[in-house]
Amino acid sequence: MISCQEAAIICNKAQYREAKFLEILRLKFHVLMCKTCSKYTKKNTKLTSLCEQARLNALSEKDKLDMKEKLYPKSKQE
Amino acid sequence: MTTHVLQPETWVDQYADYLFNYAVSRVSDAEIAKDLVQETFFAGLKSAKNYKGNAAERTWLIAILKRKVIDHYRKINSNKGKAEVRMTYNSSTETDGDWLEEQVADPMSILENSDIENEELGMAIQDCISKLPKKQSLVFTMKTVQGMSTEDICNELDINPSNLWVMIHRARTTLMDCLNQNWF
Repeated sequence: MISCQEAAIICNKAQYREAKFLEILRLKFHVLMCKTCSKYTKKNTKLTSLCEQARLNALSEKDKLDMKEKLYPKSKQE
Repeated sequence: MTTHVLQPETWVDQYADYLFNYAVSRVSDAEIAKDLVQETFFAGLKSAKNYKGNAAERTWLIAILKRKVIDHYRKINSNKGKAEVRMTYNSSTETDGDWLEEQVADPMSILENSDIENEELGMAIQDCISKLPKKQSLVFTMKTVQGMSTEDICNELDINPSNLWVMIHRARTTLMDCLNQNWF
């Protein structure tokens, strides 16, 4: 039996489809036993679907650096 | 009432993504949205002395951005014909002949509000993300929003995978709490 902490990590990996098959089996087994983790898994999955639904956008770090440079031209001296 | 102080040095880190999301939802073009955000920051710097401290910094910036979006639409409208009503039908030739039917609203649709709701949801999530510690929000955004692979992020930020998963875990847990009241 894996610990809740391990279960949480696997659950997070599963949100990004990066959990291995064996890990998922372990997680499923743990979730059957553990109410807290079962709740956590449900919420976590919901968060993933919310994030997908919202079609979030973000600027890349490079874009932000560009912006900063344009905004504060003097800070280039470093 | 608390008075707010402007801290332009932190603008890009704190508000760029939030403003960008707002802009994208209004002009639906990433490049234009980026320019609008940049212009907003410039305008903010220029008129910083007019800031009275009544509104929070972000509200103030969003207000500027709103003006910029309006200006943007004014400009593209004055470029082509003055305030003429233009309908753009589906430009793809594959749907030749069907265009009239496609313009009619589907009376059975329950999705009328979904765009608005999704936009609100996006802003809510962005708001919560911006409350995370810097490193966590960075990792979370790279992973979830930009969909980068674990390996790439680890290389870029010089951390190891287990480190990354712990940060993701903390970020997600905080986000769940933050979104809890309205969206779960």
